[in-house]
Amino acid sequence: MINFNKFYKLFNYISLALVVLSILLLFFKGLNFGVDFKGGTLIELRSNDKGINVTSLRQAFNKMNLGDFNIKKFGNENDFLIKIEKKDTSANAIEVIKKDLTSSLGGSFNFRRVENVGPKVSSELLKSGIIAIALSLAAMLFYIWIRFEWQFSLGAILALFHDVIITLGLFSLFSLEINLSIVAAVLTIVGYSMNDTVVIYDRVRENLRKFSDIKIYELTNISINETLSRTIITSATTLLALVSIYLFGGEILKGFSLAMIMGVIFGTYSSIYIANPILVKLRVSQKTILKEDTE
Amino acid sequence: MLYFSKLRITLVSLVSIFFIFIAASNFQNSEDSFVSKKINLGLDLQGGSYLLLEIDNEPVEIQKLQNTTTVIRNYLKNKEITFNDLRIQNKKIIFNVPNDNVQLVETFFLDKESDVNPYYFQYKSHEFDVELQNNEFSLTLSKYGLIEIKTSSQDQALEIVRRRVDEVGTNEPNILKRGNNRILVELPGLDDPMRIKSLLGKTANLTFRFVTQNNNDTFGTEMLQFENGTSEAMVSKRIILNGENLLDAQPQMNNQTNETVVSFTLDRVGAKRFGKATSTGVGKQLAIVLDGKIVSAPVIRDTIASGNGQISGNFTFQSATDLALLLRSGALPAPLNIIEERTVGPDLGQDSIKAGVIALMIGFLLVIFFMFYKYKIFGLIANITLLINLFFLVGILTLFEATLTLPGIAGIILTVGMAVDANVLIFERIKEECKKEKNNIIAFDTGYVKSKTAIIDANITTLIAAIILFFMGSGPVKGFSVTLAVGIFTTLFSVYFIARMLTGLYVVRNKEKTKLI
Repeated sequence: MINFNKFYKLFNYISLALVVLSILLLFFKGLNFGVDFKGGTLIELRSNDKGINVTSLRQAFNKMNLGDFNIKKFGNENDFLIKIEKKDTSANAIEVIKKDLTSSLGGSFNFRRVENVGPKVSSELLKSGIIAIALSLAAMLFYIWIRFEWQFSLGAILALFHDVIITLGLFSLFSLEINLSIVAAVLTIVGYSMNDTVVIYDRVRENLRKFSDIKIYELTNISINETLSRTIITSATTLLALVSIYLFGGEILKGFSLAMIMGVIFGTYSSIYIANPILVKLRVSQKTILKEDTE
Repeated sequence: MLYFSKLRITLVSLVSIFFIFIAASNFQNSEDSFVSKKINLGLDLQGGSYLLLEIDNEPVEIQKLQNTTTVIRNYLKNKEITFNDLRIQNKKIIFNVPNDNVQLVETFFLDKESDVNPYYFQYKSHEFDVELQNNEFSLTLSKYGLIEIKTSSQDQALEIVRRRVDEVGTNEPNILKRGNNRILVELPGLDDPMRIKSLLGKTANLTFRFVTQNNNDTFGTEMLQFENGTSEAMVSKRIILNGENLLDAQPQMNNQTNETVVSFTLDRVGAKRFGKATSTGVGKQLAIVLDGKIVSAPVIRDTIASGNGQISGNFTFQSATDLALLLRSGALPAPLNIIEERTVGPDLGQDSIKAGVIALMIGFLLVIFFMFYKYKIFGLIANITLLINLFFLVGILTLFEATLTLPGIAGIILTVGMAVDANVLIFERIKEECKKEKNNIIAFDTGYVKSKTAIIDANITTLIAAIILFFMGSGPVKGFSVTLAVGIFTTLFSVYFIARMLTGLYVVRNKEKTKLI
């Protein structure tokens, strides 16, 4: 048996520090929003001319007076991703770029993907993304509150917040792009982290019924150990699937799978080191759940 | 207790075989496949364009105010009520009446059966909100008045957009309402939406009006620019004909001038009016005005009674074809703006499918090896279950002809990773029970019973996330939530019906084995 409970304090301080750091990052550095949430134009370009590189593309785009833009390699040698911040939704903006590009660089280009999001739509998408995450947190809170006692509900939600905030903090730290699929990833993280917490909580509750003489501090440790191999195996298979998406699923799914990988790691960690210490702090005992049973 | 009837075994096997067939039908030609249903590929996988259009209703609102102003003017005149200063200001209709008539006029507008201010019985609110200050009335469009305008212009616009898209002839376009002032256009397989965009960007409001030098035209005049932007002309506001009078329009080559023109045919009313106007107006210039710009302004040489005519104006064959198409499909009630556009080329879609399938196979293999390594025979059972689960998932998506997107593929891979969770929970529980319980069959049974709540709770939480994602997400992300949600159900089914049966059969045969799992 591993004594997880010995490290409750230590890891709680570490978590607290990470959460505070993440919040500071989110406040001061902010998130790198993609076109979905900031508006603007995104072009995924494949050049048939091997001589084209980021520098030559940058020069060509500079001449077009499109305002702020960003060019980077995207996967393949000849694939580039261009993000233009200007919210130009005039019908022929892309056509003009195509012409300008061919005239200044020659060669032929394949516009593999074009996304153009107006300011109104992007702010709506941002709003609905935030609402979706908030709504799912609320729904989880409610569900756990129905299935367990409020102490469990609070512990599970704090664990969720922890995972979501630290994942976003890492996205801020590394300036990774936040787009629609990241919101999907965050929601899945919420589901997964909850899933993990619920399995341990379920065992805690079961053990609470069984043993009246064991303190919650010990009891959580027993429960964590009893479910440990399941926790490890499920995280492992989920991570195997996610790593395979990250490595082989193509450029577009990279951000999504990365967010999920971080989420699964933090989710697993928090269901042990956040969700359980909270129960200890709240002095959960057999009485807590017996009350529920008699009701 | 641990007895599976022959019937149950047969049924479960049949269901599994059925879904394997359904899932497999996606990889066959539609003629020789078992069912004709297939998973739809999202625009991000098959390539295509997604356009979100927003209707700019302001011109319609202003038009409505103008029309109502005329109605009010006539109404008050008929009732012989004097009024002053009838005008439109800041989207309000404002006018004054003498003090002794205020009450009378107020009843016109506030009466439930009011002719000038309708809708009361429909919405319990009038079309216009009326405000009275001293003896000045000011009318603004009410909430319901605005909704009425929006929905009716959305209905009209949807129809016109559909006609225009159909005329261009893309395969299976998807045109839907969004909210009350937006239209979503999905064009599978279209990798360059340039032409559609330019066609949808034009209102195509066509009018025929006389060019005039007379400032005192009773209908008023306005200066309009020519299409090529070089010159302008004064045009009467009196509309002789508009686009609604057109029966047909086609691009054509004018044999005499060797110029591309758009020839049109008018309906009966239009032909009559056109005949009359051309007979009285010989020698005058007739301006053909499209969306506030003069396309051309030919001099009328002769009466045209046939109802046929030509529009010339430096067209290329392409622009004449487009103009004819626009005229045939009719004018939009209001301008449309493209507020969101997403286009994926077909080769990127292909690459995405390829990458997705490779990731799925590798992920699947990794999970399978891992499970086999951890649980041996039971791992094998979990793996068979997982494979059948995958067929279930694909089969159900096929039956419902769901749309598969790139994040949707990610959802399937994630399901592969998470689906073993339920089996792992059960196996671990059986392992624990085996330590306390000598009887393998009892250990097996309690393992299933005791792990149930954890499995249900864990899956419901993921389901909640998926459902919220489905309602809040858009496009590709929606596809992810669908596969995730369907994956939960197929997982539970395969775990409780297939894996349970397989483990049960194994346990019964190895009743006496000391180390079962």
